[in-house]
Formats: sequence, structure tokens, C-alpha cells
Amino acid sequence: MSFREEHELHKRRFGRNLGLGLVLAGFVALVFGLTIAKVANENFALPQTTQQKGD
Amino acid sequence: MSDASLNSASTTQPGEAGFGDFFALLKPRVMTLVVFTALVGLLAAPVAVHPVVGLAAILFIAVGGGASGALNMWWESDIDAIMKRTAGRPIPTGRVARDEAFAFGVTLAVFSVVMLWLATNALAAGLLAFTIFFYVVIYTIGLKRWTPQNIVIGGAAGAFPPMIGWAAATGTISIESVLMFALIFLWTPPHFWALALFMRGDYDKAGVPMLTVTHGRRATRVHILAYTVILSVMAVGAAFTQIGGPVYLAVALVFNALFLRDAVAIWRRDEGQAEADDYRVEKRAFRLSLWYLFAHFTAILCEAALRGLGMAGWT
Repeated sequence: MSFREEHELHKRRFGRNLGLGLVLAGFVALVFGLTIAKVANENFALPQTTQQKGD
Repeated sequence: MSDASLNSASTTQPGEAGFGDFFALLKPRVMTLVVFTALVGLLAAPVAVHPVVGLAAILFIAVGGGASGALNMWWESDIDAIMKRTAGRPIPTGRVARDEAFAFGVTLAVFSVVMLWLATNALAAGLLAFTIFFYVVIYTIGLKRWTPQNIVIGGAAGAFPPMIGWAAATGTISIESVLMFALIFLWTPPHFWALALFMRGDYDKAGVPMLTVTHGRRATRVHILAYTVILSVMAVGAAFTQIGGPVYLAVALVFNALFLRDAVAIWRRDEGQAEADDYRVEKRAFRLSLWYLFAHFTAILCEAALRGLGMAGWT
């Protein structure tokens, strides 16, 4: 391994990059999940008014 | 300059903050309260929300709350450096530069509002945007250093999350969400003034016009009792509304009796008595206040769960 990885500064930078990467991966997964949820559930449209009379 | 000082400078160089330093900017402890109360608001609402949408809503509300915390730390880095309680934060210690914190906060604020809008609805996003604006501009920048009622005003910002959660689920503001708002709003002053009584040195040094500094500690004790009485009436009264029920009433009666007991004890004491036992009663009231809020919102959640099973309420 490179001697650079021993340096505290590099460890901190790596930790930051890893954290950001995980956050971004989580965000992508969340947006994907949201898309699936919205597309699969057409009734999800939030109620602006009660629609029960027409049912 | 010694080697030691050079070494310490290299470990606190702005721009080289770790992931944890940026996470600390979000005030994670405050965020837990935001997440919990917003979750209760979302789940107590009478509209079923898809779990992924609910998760996303809570996450974006939490990020918005975190953004407020980062912008608060950006603006208050001068007094944070003075107060013992906040001196270890990322900006006063030099781990994160002020400009970085500002950019981080603004980015997350815009991101959270836009994403909450896309995930849920415009009302929830608008409430989140208003909460961030209120906390950062009205409270932090505007009034915190000008009025001893700063805690009351700041409490309003902290009271919005359950209302946002409710709006995310229903797309509306209703009496139930206003009651949850009121619960946190009225709880905040006695909670923080109890803290201010036994953390006196910090606020004095920073020049923040806490009630303890501007109107004295006797007046603060009176204010704690007054707010606790109003809070208790509201909190117990909420048991007979849509969010309440027998479980909530039982919890509210117990915790309000305890909180009132401590508020009366604080009111009856003077500084001599408090210093003699190292603010034992004030510290106990502060700890109790944390459980108080948790218990009330847990009870609201229980009532909502029971209602879902057709077992709750007074009918």
C-alpha cells in the first residue's frame, strides 16, 4: 500500500469521499424507490378535496 | 512557532473536514427530535402514505432541519467559540470554514425543499421552506440577539416538523397538526430556561439576551412556571381532541403532574438553594422535559395506531 494512506489527512479525505459516495448511492436508491412507488400506486395523488362522493 | 503548533494546524485545516464534521453541522441531536415529531405527524394523519414516500418525506424534513442547523452554526460561529457547550463545534474548532458551512447549508436547504415537494406536495415543501427561513433569518439572524423572548420565537421553528409531516400525508393543515405544533411551541421555553438556569455562565459570556440575563433568574423561574401551567392545560386538553384518547390522557396526566411539580419547585427556590445543591431540581426538570415530549408524541402515535385498529378514541 502507498505510504500516503497512513497520513491522517488522507484518511479523513477518504472517509469524506466514502461518506459522500454512500449518501449519493442512497439518494439514487431513494429516488428509484419513489419513482416505483408513485408509478405503481396511481391513487397516491394527494387529496386536495374529498373525492369520496364520486366513488 | 513550534512543531506541535504546525502539526495541530494541519489537522484542522479548513477544506479538509471529515464526513463527520459535516454531519455535525446538521445538529444530529436536534435532528432526532425533528425526525421523531415529523414521523408522528406523518403517521398520526388519517391518510395512508406509501412507506417509501413516508421515508423520503421524513428524510427530506430531517435534511431541511439539518440545513437550518448548519446555517445557524454559520451565523453563530462567533458566540459558539465563546460558549463552553458549543466551542467544540466544527466551525469554532476550524475543522470547517464558515463559507463552507454556509454553502453546505444553503445547498441542503434548497435540495430538501425541492425534494420534499417532488416526493409529497407543495404545502409540505412550503412549510419546510418557511421553517428554515423562520429559524435562520427571523430567529438566528434577526431576533436571537435582540430579545429575551428568543427562546419562545425559536421554539416556533422547532414546532413545525409534526405539522410538515401531517401536511406531507394529507396535503392540509388541520387542528390536529396545530395542536402538535402548540405542544412543542409551549414546551420549548420551560425546557430551555431550565437549561439556562444551570448553564448561566455560557449565555452571560456570549452576550445572548437570555431571560436569565436580561430579567434575572427570579423572573425566569416565574416564566418557567407560567409556561408550564399553560402547557399542561393545553397538553391535557389535547387528550379530548382527534389526536388524543385514553392512552394519551393517562400519559399526559402523569407527565404534566411531574413537570408541574418540578416547575413549582423551581419557582419556590432561590439562587442560594439552587447553588447549594448544584441546581438539582433545575437539572431534573430539564431531563424530565426531554421525556415529557417523547412520551406525549409516543402517546399520539399509540392513539393513531389504535385508531387504525378501530380501538382508540373516546367512542
